[in-house]
Amino acid sequence: MAGAVNLLVQSHPINSALSLIVVMGSLAAEYLLLGAEFVAAVQVIVYAGAIMVLFLITIMLLNAGKEERTKGSRVAVLIGVPGVTIGALLVAWTLVGRSSTTHSVSIGALWGAPKDIARLLFRDFLLPFEVTSVLILIAIMGAVVLASRPEAIVRRHRSDEAPPQETRELVATGKDH
Amino acid sequence: MVPLSYYLVLSGILFVCGVLGFLIKRNIITIFMSIELMLNGVNLSFVAFAAQWQSLSGQVFVFFVMVVAAAEAAVGLAIIIAVYRTRETLNVDQVNLLKL
Repeated sequence: MAGAVNLLVQSHPINSALSLIVVMGSLAAEYLLLGAEFVAAVQVIVYAGAIMVLFLITIMLLNAGKEERTKGSRVAVLIGVPGVTIGALLVAWTLVGRSSTTHSVSIGALWGAPKDIARLLFRDFLLPFEVTSVLILIAIMGAVVLASRPEAIVRRHRSDEAPPQETRELVATGKDH
Repeated sequence: MVPLSYYLVLSGILFVCGVLGFLIKRNIITIFMSIELMLNGVNLSFVAFAAQWQSLSGQVFVFFVMVVAAAEAAVGLAIIIAVYRTRETLNVDQVNLLKL
């Protein structure tokens, strides 16, 4: 939670990213306490490993500096402050009203074994799993297309379709002679 | 034994931090990190509920959420790079072509 607040307070993106890594790590520990060892491992590998490295590489690639503060619009203040207050009151009322019926969660019992999750994933959730793989494939292709330089794509297309205008003229003049 | 509501409160706090960062921050990369924070808050409540009901489906859903978050981060950061290449800025206030 301190890491999350730090993410808001920091003005430099690198510091925000590092505090987000702290949040991810503590969440992984929380999952482990809840007995979800597979989710904890995936959290560390995917989030703290892959996604944060992606963020840091982007920050360094774009040479992001300190952000400048701007004044928000008045509509945001007029609608946002009452909205946040009402939402917080709603959540607090729900939690207080239902606190007698809330259940407890035991800590330390490892019941989310990877074997059981794999059985569930490959039997009951097989179709979503396959659709997810297609989604990942499309995301990879989209990322490559978006991040590659546009002129490179245009040049490749042009060389595929027809030779450039000048060479065609040269060929034509050569025939005339 | 920890009450379930503690986990839900922590998850809500994480989500609210993500929403606040999304609304307050002006750097497009930090806005993306706020989205990741929101996803993490939802994941925590998924795992807490799954632990309460002793059901593995919640963990499978967390797995799917992580996959979607990874795909979204890859595409989003590519979009950020493309935007930076054309606009030379990371400030969302200066990307205002769609503004009236």
